[in-house]
Amino acid sequence: MAEIMFWEAVRRAQDEELARDPMVLVMGEDVGVAGGTYKATLGLYDKYGPDRVIDTPISENGFTGLAIGASFLGARPVVEIMSVNFAWLAMDQIINTAAKVRYMSGGQLEAPVVIRSPGGTAHQLGAQHSARMEKVFMGIAGLRVVTPSNPRQAYGLLKSAIRCNDPVFINEHELMYNLKGEVPDDEYYHPLVGSEIARPGRDVTLFGYNISVHWCLKAAEILSRQYSIEAEVVDLFALKPVDRDGIRESVTRTHRAVIVEEAEPAVGVGAEVMAIINEECFFELDAAPVRVSAVDIPIPYNHTLEKAAIPEVDDVVAAVKKMFGV
Amino acid sequence: MNVADKKRLLREMLFARRFEERCYEAYVERKIGGFLHLYPGEEACAHGVLEAARPGHDYVITGYRDHIHAIKCGADPKKVMAELYGRETGSSRGRGGSMHIFDVANRFMGGYALVGGPFPLAAGIGKAIQMKGGDEISICFLGDAANNQGTFHESLNMAKLWNLPVLYVCENNLYGIGTRIDRSTAVVDQYKRVSGYNIPSAQEDGQDVEKVYKAARKAIDHVRSGKGPYFLELLTYRYRGHSMSDSNAYRAKAEERMWSKRDPLIILRDRLIEDGKFTKEEFKAIDSDILDEIEDEVIAFAEQSPDPVVADLRKYVLAEDDPYVNGGAH
Repeated sequence: MAEIMFWEAVRRAQDEELARDPMVLVMGEDVGVAGGTYKATLGLYDKYGPDRVIDTPISENGFTGLAIGASFLGARPVVEIMSVNFAWLAMDQIINTAAKVRYMSGGQLEAPVVIRSPGGTAHQLGAQHSARMEKVFMGIAGLRVVTPSNPRQAYGLLKSAIRCNDPVFINEHELMYNLKGEVPDDEYYHPLVGSEIARPGRDVTLFGYNISVHWCLKAAEILSRQYSIEAEVVDLFALKPVDRDGIRESVTRTHRAVIVEEAEPAVGVGAEVMAIINEECFFELDAAPVRVSAVDIPIPYNHTLEKAAIPEVDDVVAAVKKMFGV
Repeated sequence: MNVADKKRLLREMLFARRFEERCYEAYVERKIGGFLHLYPGEEACAHGVLEAARPGHDYVITGYRDHIHAIKCGADPKKVMAELYGRETGSSRGRGGSMHIFDVANRFMGGYALVGGPFPLAAGIGKAIQMKGGDEISICFLGDAANNQGTFHESLNMAKLWNLPVLYVCENNLYGIGTRIDRSTAVVDQYKRVSGYNIPSAQEDGQDVEKVYKAARKAIDHVRSGKGPYFLELLTYRYRGHSMSDSNAYRAKAEERMWSKRDPLIILRDRLIEDGKFTKEEFKAIDSDILDEIEDEVIAFAEQSPDPVVADLRKYVLAEDDPYVNGGAH
């Protein structure tokens, strides 16, 4: 099993699928000649040509809609939206067409399109380049939403997403493309549903996804070492549909829950997971569940303010300490 | 077009007129819910263009004024009416309604209710045709007001850039909902607007089905021969309001009277009569036949069909039993 970077995992998945199926295509801004802003399509233009690795004009709603239309006829487009902030421009086609066409056609048409896009707060990119939109996609019936936390998931989720007959939104993170991790040497298809226990524990569950899984893992180490609190970290790599069973099972083991998200709290992943805990296993709880979220503001440019707006490992530790009264 | 074809087209257009008028009645009777956008006045557009195309082979997509395009593509009018009634036997199993008629078996890729939404979808269908290497073309019907959406410009740009086999048909009925074109649109002649993308275009009388057919032949020959997209503007008029919730108070009566004299059915009928190939009596007989067919077959089918069952409420949201949801078949 080789250790590769996140971007290499995304690239490998696309390379394999482009080689396997002539109806797979990759499109987006700068994905071709330039090889992708985060190198996720590096070299694929030379290998598969301009008709299958397509540099698009800066027309997010247009090229996303074009990909969806092509998918009606069996094409398997992988759309890269350079920054998730630009996905707001494509929301009409993603939500009104891709997510709804199967239903409103009574099952006659489907849109097997993959839309992958990095979100998250990176380094001082300001309010219009720091959006975290997973909660928006998570609220849309007819979409699948996954969000990898490591190269293995990035590779395997993308492989499954390309072959799956539903529209899949893959939420990546701008700060994670150089993250290293082991990816199986053989082809690997990650399930698009479920959750993973990233660290077993008995005292409290830390629910994370994408980048916040890493904050949870670091917090769990600190809590174990300094406070003898053994936190279980559950990686919610699937946000739509989200793993109700996995959430219930973990909370039933630990009886406490903290949900860690980089996004603002309102109408978010934390809110949804708390509601699910309420619905599934309220009487298992020994303490009220807690969210660790961003401050509810547009993300500021100033580095100190930006850092203060986004949760970090210490915030997770503090939330757990408060819950345990230590 | 020979006389037999003209007579058949006249019958089809008359059927379309009577079908839509019957929808109006059913709506008033509250048999049909939601929004209902009717096509009377514009029949020559869909019929002329699709007569020149290969319905069932070429892919067709449109907006929410979609019943007649679906039927001309080969959709069963009974199923279209059943869809309007919200029945399980409807073309979209009662899940779509008037604005979302689909008949994928006949390559009618659907009616969509966001103005301008189908522009990029049609381009994408063209892209997939290109990848598969077939001789089909993608035909997109939309109204003039859709051309003020960003998708119009984004899609024309990509269609030309990538030489996609797409025919964009603009049914210019002069109104975007209740706003007249010269009050919403800086350039009133729609065919001129595509010159910025170096796409060939034409403007034609949308009330004369023979002229539409001729213009569409030229357009379709261009697209099918691999020369890329084409834009055909058809000047037409809708007799009713934008939808059923529209009082139609924004139009001058003189304007409506002027267009009613240019009715596409009457133009074709009178031309056939002048040529000595047809009589008013024949026309009346056909009309009577159509009215019976709509009542006895189309409406009866919709009335007698069952509603979808609530137990199936969650069907068709996501693919069923897709192996890759669980990480692949192996």
